[in-house]
Amino acid sequence: MTGSHKPSDIQLERVAYRRKRAIRSTLLAALSTAVVGVLLYLGVTGSPGWERVKASFLDWDIAVKALTGRDNYPSILSGLWLNIRLMVICTACALALGLLIAILRTLRGPVTFPVRALATTYTYSFRGLPLIIVIYLFAFGIPGLRLQGTPSVTVLGAAAIVVTYGAYLAEVFRAGIESVHPSQVAAARSLGLSYRRTMRHVVLPQAIRRVTPPLLNDTVALQKDVGLISLAGPIDAIRAAQINQAGTANFTPYVVAGVLFVLLALPLIGVTDWVTLRAARRQNAGN
Amino acid sequence: MVSRFTLLTTGGAVLALAALAGCSPVEDNAAPTASASASADVCPAGALPTKTAGKLTIGTDNPAYEPWFSDNDPKNGKGFESAVAYQVAQRLGYSPDNVIWTSVTFNNAIAPGPKAFDFDVNQFSITPERRNAVDFSSPYYLVRQTVISTKGSKIANAKTLADLKEAKLGAQVGTTSYQAVTDLIKPSNQPSVFNNNDDAKAALVNGTVDGIVVDLPTAFYMTAAELKDGIIVGQLPQVGVPEQFGLVLDKGSTLTSCVSTAVDQLRQDGTLAVLEKTWLAGSGGAPELQ
Repeated sequence: MTGSHKPSDIQLERVAYRRKRAIRSTLLAALSTAVVGVLLYLGVTGSPGWERVKASFLDWDIAVKALTGRDNYPSILSGLWLNIRLMVICTACALALGLLIAILRTLRGPVTFPVRALATTYTYSFRGLPLIIVIYLFAFGIPGLRLQGTPSVTVLGAAAIVVTYGAYLAEVFRAGIESVHPSQVAAARSLGLSYRRTMRHVVLPQAIRRVTPPLLNDTVALQKDVGLISLAGPIDAIRAAQINQAGTANFTPYVVAGVLFVLLALPLIGVTDWVTLRAARRQNAGN
Repeated sequence: MVSRFTLLTTGGAVLALAALAGCSPVEDNAAPTASASASADVCPAGALPTKTAGKLTIGTDNPAYEPWFSDNDPKNGKGFESAVAYQVAQRLGYSPDNVIWTSVTFNNAIAPGPKAFDFDVNQFSITPERRNAVDFSSPYYLVRQTVISTKGSKIANAKTLADLKEAKLGAQVGTTSYQAVTDLIKPSNQPSVFNNNDDAKAALVNGTVDGIVVDLPTAFYMTAAELKDGIIVGQLPQVGVPEQFGLVLDKGSTLTSCVSTAVDQLRQDGTLAVLEKTWLAGSGGAPELQ
């Protein structure tokens, strides 16, 4: 492009027209958002029960006390710390387990049939089993065996979460692995790479990149479900909110815990969106 | 240009609003008021308008369980509720000879309809719902919270609240039991909280907690019928809003106020406290933790 380039009149007209449309659609969006917002606000605050709802769901004093703990109620923040630790550990373990199972499921050859069968049985069972039941079985069943060195119920509950989410993640990983075209494997093998090195250097990098959005999505789901560990006895953020709610007969603690969970999930959701967008851009680079 | 998406979302919001307006809340009904009727003077000793003139008919379920009754025989005056029933009868002017026991199942006693008893004693908790169908006397027992455990556990021999400090305790969420753990015992370990008493019991059996807190009637039932090697460690001091047991009378019974007065007197002169000590905290019962 040179400095002497001058857009044609038609081009200028086109640019001006586009700008006009853009401004118009932005204004329209702002207007409709404002209208919907005002209507919602009026609808909610104008309803006859609004004062009561506000008192029992949005009480600032109760929110602060539930957050920091008071009297003998557990604080939501200390419960949240348990959630955060569980999230990090369970996510890491579930991703590792899922990848391992996916690789086992995609092994070739008749000798490895038992391994494949076991891995398949695992993904079938644990994707079907409700997490609550798995937690009950692990946290109440395993200590019932009274074996030496049984870990604490928190560890057992975490294991239940890892095993359940490992099954979902394994299927996502497998979908990724199988989406890599066979010609890639053939090419790698013809270059003299072993099966293992083919997986490591050719298949898995492509596979994981392709399934990153669904993997992250499952991770967000896991973040919320770690709270189910409270079934086994430990007090997590939601249980702390429940105890505060029972003590104060006010639902504000639930709202507080809900907001905290959303804040916790936001970074991961943001990353998911960004990764998805980037992948889409790269794939459609020509368009 | 308004895109179809904009239309869709706007339409959705409008629909949501319409739904919101549609479910305007139901206003509170006036709380049902328990009608305390009849003046105190209409309780002539031994001559109340009972089922059988000159006799007092008292109902309870069969079997009648320890320690509320003894040997499934309400007539022997043993067990907490049998003793309370005879004391109430005495106050009303009926000697033990003039007390007739009749067997009425728990559910029948609180169902609406004609009653085969003058009053029924069967660990009935006083609730507003039940008040719609029957009358309750003043409470004769405020349910206490109790620590239970299993034989050989490290708190099996606890005698005081301080002995429970280091224990890992469990309770059901949102209950007076949980409140008793955090307000009275204040253990140094964070207590385990369960969705229901069955989960807490399972954790106790597994040994993931040293003891659980339940109300006294539940404690008796769990340790006697449900837990192998279950033991009652002891009763805790009164905490929170306790459940109350009341005598059940027919809805609108003319005896209700007389029976209530009798129960009130038994509370005031300390008789109820003595009976509680004798039958609930005494031998084989649940000792008190201080």
